Amino acid sequence: MNDWQPSATLDTLRRRAALLARVRAFFTERDVLEVETPILGHAGSTDVHLASLSCQARTPAGAETLWLQTSPEFHMKRLLAAGAGPVFQIARSFRDGEVGRRHNIEFSMLEWYRPGWSLDQLIEETQQLIRTLLPDDPGPTQRHRYRALFARELSIDPFVVELDALRRLASATGGLDMSTAERDDCLDLLMSLVIEPTLGRDGIDVVLDYPASQAALARRHRDPEDGAWVASRFEVYLQGLELANGYDELTDAQEQRARFAEDNRARAQAGLPEVDVDQRLLAALEAGMPEGSGVALGLDRLIQLALGKSRIDEVMAFATPRC
Amino acid sequence: MANYSTNEFKGGLKVMLDGDPCAIVENEYVKPGKGQAFNRVKLRNLMTGRVWERTFKSGDSLESADVMDLDMEYLYTDGDMWHFMKTDGSFEQYAVEKKALGDSDKWLKEQVVYTITLWNDNAISVTPPNFIELEVVETDPGLKGDTAQGGSKPATLSSGAVVRVPLFINQGEVLKIDTRKGEYVSRA
Repeated sequence: MNDWQPSATLDTLRRRAALLARVRAFFTERDVLEVETPILGHAGSTDVHLASLSCQARTPAGAETLWLQTSPEFHMKRLLAAGAGPVFQIARSFRDGEVGRRHNIEFSMLEWYRPGWSLDQLIEETQQLIRTLLPDDPGPTQRHRYRALFARELSIDPFVVELDALRRLASATGGLDMSTAERDDCLDLLMSLVIEPTLGRDGIDVVLDYPASQAALARRHRDPEDGAWVASRFEVYLQGLELANGYDELTDAQEQRARFAEDNRARAQAGLPEVDVDQRLLAALEAGMPEGSGVALGLDRLIQLALGKSRIDEVMAFATPRC
Repeated sequence: MANYSTNEFKGGLKVMLDGDPCAIVENEYVKPGKGQAFNRVKLRNLMTGRVWERTFKSGDSLESADVMDLDMEYLYTDGDMWHFMKTDGSFEQYAVEKKALGDSDKWLKEQVVYTITLWNDNAISVTPPNFIELEVVETDPGLKGDTAQGGSKPATLSSGAVVRVPLFINQGEVLKIDTRKGEYVSRA
């Protein structure tokens, strides 16, 4: 049996350690506090497209199901509500079933929050951090609206295209039957198969103004140009790889509660298990979380690009198949 | 028959797609930042050898294909069918059609062991060994002393294949050939 050996070379692990030190220096210089929040929590993510792992624990409350966190978001938001100010974390996160060239079930998420900051300010800081870790200049940072990318690559307006036409396009593009798929699933397919591979080829590409239905935990706002509702959210791409996902954070407890409930309804419809809603997060939002922006960045992927590796397991000591 | 879900897909797995047995070549998990995950899968159609690229929603599944690879020794052809025999001591024989034989017909030699792919117990393809030794039946006369690099000529082998060989090779010599590239390796 030869797979006791690390999936990354020792040289890669040394360079990874140096990059981690540089991330910490980046935030220390900017007076952002490093925090560590639990990997196991009483609540999981209700996101329909995230599968949480859970385990049985014996606690003072008896036998309980605890969830391995899909990101440190909820705990970090509770810190924000408690008045922690700007915080960052390099958190081990877990997403069941996600294994591949650019995915590993257990991975390192670099997540940080900037109370009082606009999405614009956070985009600027995110691209600075990315540049700090890369050995060479990746080219200019460019911003693209979600809608404009679909127009450029597929000649459709993703917000108004007729559902049947969208389903036909998705079916033909992927070579699978999408004739009963939801609108967002069709858009996700086209984004993954057609648009993503074109992004980040000449620089850092930032995608903005996602459909309002894809807001997740971001606020929504009206597009100043045409009045359509869009999600106040961005994603950062480099070399076709999605690196980061940022939000103008939702702070309204009532709206958050409604989105959790909506997620669980969608889960039930899709035959997925319901996930316990994070009541403590809702209570923290009710107590008052400062407005601001936050971003989650796939640190292993950024290290992968910084070290010129083609697979995520090449930058991990022991990737899932060898863990 | 068992089903395999997309997260069990890996290189070499045999599955049914559009009625044909296929071998998975590559499976890539793709997911936008938030949203539905898909698997982009490359599959080789074992009937035609063609590679298909298909997308599946993560969690979808395909039926497994009853496909296996067996070692068999080539016996003879009666003109219509090519006959092979299992090497497991059972002496069981399989008749292979021209279509399943495909390009392997030019690498056939009696008593050599081939990999026969069976689907539902029917032979659907024949893979020659990576290296095979074959006699030169026709080539221009060899140039004495010319063992330096450069320069080659065509040679017809006993199996019917034509390969480029160095100028010093003569008719009647037995050569080691790489069947994957159809290239001369050395004198046997």
